[in-house]
Amino acid sequence: MNDTHRPVPHFTIGARLLSVLSLLILLGSLFPSTSFAQDWVRTGSGLGLDKVHLAVPDFKPSSSDPQNDALLKAFNDTLWNDLDNSGVVELVSKSFYPLQVPGQPPEVTFGVWNSPPPNAAMLAFGNLGVGAGKLTVQGWLYDVKNTASPEVLGKQYTDVATSDAARLIAHKFADEIIFRLGGGIPGITESKIYFVSDRSGNKEIWVMDYDGSNQRQLTHQGSVSLSPRVSPDGSRLAFSSLTKAGWDILMFSLDLNRLVSFPRFGGTNLSPAWSPDGARLALSSSRGGNSQIYLCDVSGANLHRITSNKGPDVGPVWNRKTGAQIAFVSGDTGLPQVYTIEADGTNQQRMTDQGYAVSPSWSPNGQFLTLAWIRKYGPGEPGSSDIYLMDIASKQWVQLTHDGGHNDYPSWAPDGRHIVFQSSRSGKEEIWMMLADGTKLHQLTFTGRNTQPNWSWK
Amino acid sequence: MKHQTWKALATVIALAGILMLGACHKKAAPPPPPPPPPAAAPTASISVSPDTIAQGQSATLTWQTSNATDVSIDGIGAVQPSGTQQVTPTDSITYHLVAKGSGGNQEASTRLTVTLPLGEVAPPPSSSEEDLFGHNVKDVYFDYDRYDIRSDQQAAIQADMLFLNQHPNINFTVEGHCDSRGSTEYNLALGDQRASAVKSALTTAGISPNRIKTISYGKEKPFCLEESEGCWRQNRRGHFVYQK
Repeated sequence: MNDTHRPVPHFTIGARLLSVLSLLILLGSLFPSTSFAQDWVRTGSGLGLDKVHLAVPDFKPSSSDPQNDALLKAFNDTLWNDLDNSGVVELVSKSFYPLQVPGQPPEVTFGVWNSPPPNAAMLAFGNLGVGAGKLTVQGWLYDVKNTASPEVLGKQYTDVATSDAARLIAHKFADEIIFRLGGGIPGITESKIYFVSDRSGNKEIWVMDYDGSNQRQLTHQGSVSLSPRVSPDGSRLAFSSLTKAGWDILMFSLDLNRLVSFPRFGGTNLSPAWSPDGARLALSSSRGGNSQIYLCDVSGANLHRITSNKGPDVGPVWNRKTGAQIAFVSGDTGLPQVYTIEADGTNQQRMTDQGYAVSPSWSPNGQFLTLAWIRKYGPGEPGSSDIYLMDIASKQWVQLTHDGGHNDYPSWAPDGRHIVFQSSRSGKEEIWMMLADGTKLHQLTFTGRNTQPNWSWK
Repeated sequence: MKHQTWKALATVIALAGILMLGACHKKAAPPPPPPPPPAAAPTASISVSPDTIAQGQSATLTWQTSNATDVSIDGIGAVQPSGTQQVTPTDSITYHLVAKGSGGNQEASTRLTVTLPLGEVAPPPSSSEEDLFGHNVKDVYFDYDRYDIRSDQQAAIQADMLFLNQHPNINFTVEGHCDSRGSTEYNLALGDQRASAVKSALTTAGISPNRIKTISYGKEKPFCLEESEGCWRQNRRGHFVYQK
């Protein structure tokens, strides 16, 4: 009797454990097929093509000036980073490089570069020297499989011997390489990103280089400034700011580094957007009652309303290719959705079918929208706000971010290959950048809360 | 079978005996010396009854302390370690008690709310028009992503209209606020429509639109900072601000 009694409790505990375990396993196998059954598709112009394998050994010093080491490091780091983020080449890991790397064309040994382990198709190399306060960089791009006539590019740059100049030269040389290896699309290493930062204590407009360097404050309004939008020629910045009269569109001259006049419309005026020819603005204004989309000349003249929806309309953005359509956000049917409309106010079309869809940004080729979307919204559906890409003609979409946090305000780079956006994935809102297929994700800002990035047009 | 069981039992007893013997050989560690007794920390409590009075009425303040050598109440001064006192403040007040002793300090506080007579037109000398505005004008709360005035907010609107009609010289701002969820720009537009909805309800009831300014703060200036429904509900509102 004793022998049979004792194991019983053990058996029931064991059975319970087993059933709990099997339930967990069952749940585990169910969830991936339901909540994670989202499309996670790689898209891009280079799909299915192997990217060019490019070796970029550190440039060699060509002087013994004490400044040389620091400037060489700034140059080498910037060049590598630019090419790595370009999305057009596959950098060959430095660990595969030979010990002796070239600084001049005669020093190139083709056999060690064009065969494994580097197995590179292209080689970028050169040297950097400092003398008499001047910085000189020589750089080459070689097709190392074409030993008969390898030179694709040979450049010499001279500038003042500063770290900024070293970085700028690296950007220029990187853009030359990207232009040649990336299908003739100009690189973006000299483009700027405008954004909102609260690190001064107020939300003000800031600007940085595309790689996050050189962050500096532009406005000093001392209130709340939002939605920076740079003009296509890069000379002006429109934004919305809380003034004594309310929310007004303000105009900042990037040439003069100060505000220039722009009329006050009355009501709440938000989210200005430049037409691609730089001649007109679209904006949201509540001057006539509820917030609707208005257009005006760049002087503020000829203000007229183009939407007439029930709910608030906000966040217009022009078709960058044609300048003929505008995408915007409307709460006409409840939760905000993304719509398109002709600039003359006709043919309003709803683009998103459900959820909470905001912050459209039009791709440079006019073919895609990127937007922030909480597709599954409502009680019991803990949807997250992610960045999506939508083909305008078919309304087919692809989810680009999957890694948590609240993601909003995507903005296209001028090359159409990169997207900058804000994300809270690191714990607070910061600016992140990725390729338009969702890869090469990296953080650009780290101080304060940084939001609403807007990429320059070139 | 039986023999085996006995054998097993004997083994168990023997093993237990060995274990017990082993335990007996272990010397118990001497207890650590007791720590010196700390100076007793003072205790303090204070309460007021009733905790809400109309202006002109009085309330009873009761406090108790122990282990304290020095007891004082802000606004009253040094007091006995324990006691009661009648108070007749004209405005709401927090009584803050500090009990000091050799074992440290202890604080306690209690709040007495003084209500103003409702419907009083002529303000008493101690209450400015701005205070009256703050006491009588109620904020209007909204549902998520909505800008229409909820049926349960009609009472607030009615109270606001009553007061504002009785004080025709007061100008004011209606601020539209939203909870922290969703997009910055969309929330600013939504807050604008909330402020407009409150303004429209008031002007429909005969309040002059010239007295009312509206402004949207979207989710820029929340009242409550937590990420919870309780907090979000507090932040979705039309907030009244007296215009000086």
